[in-house]
Amino acid sequence: MPTPTEHHGRSEPETTPLARSRDGRPVSDRGDTVCVIGAGASGLTAVKNLAEHGFGVDCYERETGIGGAWNWRHDRSPVYASTHLISSRPFTQFPDFPMPDDWPDYPHHSQLLSYFERYADHFDLRRHIWFGTEVVRVEPVDDDRWDVTTRSTGGYGPERTSRYAAVVIANGHNWSPKLPRYEGLEQFRGEVMHASSYKDPAQLRGKRVLVVGAGNTGCDIAVEAAQQAARCWHSTRRGYWYAPKYVFGRPADQVNDTLLALRVPLRVRQWLYHRTLRLTVGDLTRFGLPRPDHRVYETHPIANSQLVYYVGHGAITPVPDVTRLHSHSVELTDGRQIDPEVVVFATGYLPRFDFLDAKILGDDEGVGRPRLWLNAFVPEHPTLAVTGLVQPDSGVFTLSHWQAVLFARLLRLRTTRPDRVTAFAARVRAGAGERYSGQVKDSTRHWFEVGHADYLRVLERALRDLEGK
Amino acid sequence: MRAWEWARPVRPVRREVLSATPELEEGRPPLLFVPGYGHGAWVYAEHWLGHAAARGFPAYAVSLRGHGGSGPAPDATLRAYAHDVVQVAAGLPRQAVLVGHGAGALVVAHALARYPARAAVLVAPVLGGWATFGAAMRRNPFGTLPAVFGGGLRLHRRQLFSRELPEADARRYTGRLGRAARRAQWRLLTGAEPEPPVGRPPVLVLGSPDDLVVPPSALTGAARRYDSAPLLFPGMGHDLMLDARWQEPIDAILDWLDKGPARDDRP
Ligand SMILES: Cc1cc2nc3c(=O)[nH]c(=O)nc-3n(C[C@H](O)[C@H](O)[C@H](O)COP(=O)(O)OP(=O)(O)OC[C@H]3O[C@@H](n4cnc5c(N)ncnc54)[C@H](O)[C@@H]3O)c2cc1C
Repeated sequence: MPTPTEHHGRSEPETTPLARSRDGRPVSDRGDTVCVIGAGASGLTAVKNLAEHGFGVDCYERETGIGGAWNWRHDRSPVYASTHLISSRPFTQFPDFPMPDDWPDYPHHSQLLSYFERYADHFDLRRHIWFGTEVVRVEPVDDDRWDVTTRSTGGYGPERTSRYAAVVIANGHNWSPKLPRYEGLEQFRGEVMHASSYKDPAQLRGKRVLVVGAGNTGCDIAVEAAQQAARCWHSTRRGYWYAPKYVFGRPADQVNDTLLALRVPLRVRQWLYHRTLRLTVGDLTRFGLPRPDHRVYETHPIANSQLVYYVGHGAITPVPDVTRLHSHSVELTDGRQIDPEVVVFATGYLPRFDFLDAKILGDDEGVGRPRLWLNAFVPEHPTLAVTGLVQPDSGVFTLSHWQAVLFARLLRLRTTRPDRVTAFAARVRAGAGERYSGQVKDSTRHWFEVGHADYLRVLERALRDLEGK
Repeated sequence: MRAWEWARPVRPVRREVLSATPELEEGRPPLLFVPGYGHGAWVYAEHWLGHAAARGFPAYAVSLRGHGGSGPAPDATLRAYAHDVVQVAAGLPRQAVLVGHGAGALVVAHALARYPARAAVLVAPVLGGWATFGAAMRRNPFGTLPAVFGGGLRLHRRQLFSRELPEADARRYTGRLGRAARRAQWRLLTGAEPEPPVGRPPVLVLGSPDDLVVPPSALTGAARRYDSAPLLFPGMGHDLMLDARWQEPIDAILDWLDKGPARDDRP
């Protein structure tokens, strides 16, 4: 009954004879077609690479456009007016579709969206995408196949279920805000927002602002507040290394990768990095910033040249962690009381896979922490993969690209070289939960952190093994 | 891993791109022509771009850095040339067919590992190696030898064109030839094999058995590398796109594309 492998155009998913789901619902069988969930950067590259490997692809996207997080018209987009990349261009672009080389080192979010639009048009990807369609359920059925249930975004209209040969989950992990619980949060009279709803510096203009969190977003917002707000406090739980975006006149990540390419050992790189920071940024404790309790490369790097500058101008006041909120003030761990009008929680996001039984991804406690190999491959489910679930010390898209290529090759070999597929499955089982980042702090924010060099080496090895090289 | 491409990205440079587009958009893939060393985009603008456009294919030609109307680049490497091709290809509205001539075919072969072209055509390909060098030395020692020591590679009229091409045209064309950067030129001798193409595009190789730069054995070798046999056009010189019978090879290329060659689907 399978439909032909090569399926072109957006034929209605319900054109093939109906099968039945376990609970008796009608299911349209999509044969060898692969389902991709989400048309952000990771979903797009999955669609492209699967199509390039000869698969039919149906991609479901809840929004009406592509680009995911980088399409700031989307209601779940986390980007704000001034968002620029923190990874420089060569680290961020897809390896087989470079950004124009006359673009800036750190492009603006609108450039990134136009880049994805061009990627989609160049490779004719939109014909595979069903916009305004949300995946609500993904269930395994016999023979490693999957029943995917969708409905139009917003919940109206009937649900429909289609059966696929494989599924790629590319639903992103920067849309479900992680809000801290503080005593007194409800009583606080000022405005409280999560960074996900911060869009424009006008929201801060002339106000007294407290920014909580020292991720890249928190630092960006603190810098904007420094320029726009009447006051800015920046609360961080611990000390961080604030790396400038440029060192020696070049993007810092490129300098770092020069050392990596030369295979300079980690210890030496850390020493060099510390020296460089000491010479350029200087001793941050002088400004009242806490001393970092870890060495560089041990947490996700913060690339921000301006934070230290504004701290030096007194436009940002570094403060410690918040203990509780009162109606008109905020209490800090050092006993101080401050009186912000706006509190911005830049406290990160949690990965969520509401459409899937958490156990399938090995997330037995259901806390959004799957147990995968290469952060992508699922033990016991060879036809399911997650892409883009990485927090690299570089761009995400290169990694998503290679994840998608590896998955597409794996699916291709299922009929021709089952022996290699079996060996791969064993590797997935053995390596589930493996980390690729040296010693990293084990907070929820960091569990899916990967060092791009370590990660890509393992992935490259996996590709070679698959090809029998 | 490609660490060097992250650590040391190729510098941008002004790139000359000439084009001819069909009056009616017929959904055919765009063609990107890549000239050989010493040649600029103009070699395609003479005949091939217009002809391809007349047959419904949007056609573009790029001058590699340091060539034609592109910015100067005396230190360019083969990587920089391949970068130029990938940049232009990725800038086209749809997935492109790459067509490389002479050493431009080597550049295309490298670009194919970085850009999933819809298809590729290698015209009289100079893929490098000692055999090509040997042939060049035998036919044109005075033009070839200086290149080994960093001088320019000089090709004479008889190597490039058949006798059918009027003398005045031949002289005009050779007068416009430039030279490739030294480091890129050396890669013709010692270069490593290009990585395999991404996306498994179909590849067509064509040339002339009477080409005095590329011996027939090199044509067969190049075609074999991509599991095909070369298409041959007897009686033509190395510069097929400028020679008197320029229309035959471009028609063959367009016919091949019209047939919609299949992707290489072997696992
Ligand atoms: C402020 C900020 C700055 C960043 N800067 C960088 C940077 O400099 N470099 C970098 O590489 N990364 C950066 N990131 C990380 C960023 O998340 C990734 O770059 C990228 O957006 C991940 O792409 P994705 O496709 O995996 O996810 P997303 O872009 O989130 O796309 C997921 C898509 O899936 C869709 N979707 C979700 N659930 C469903 C469903 N059930 N059914 C149908 N569709 C669904 C969504 O609508 C969305 O379109 C940054 C993130 C933030 C928040």
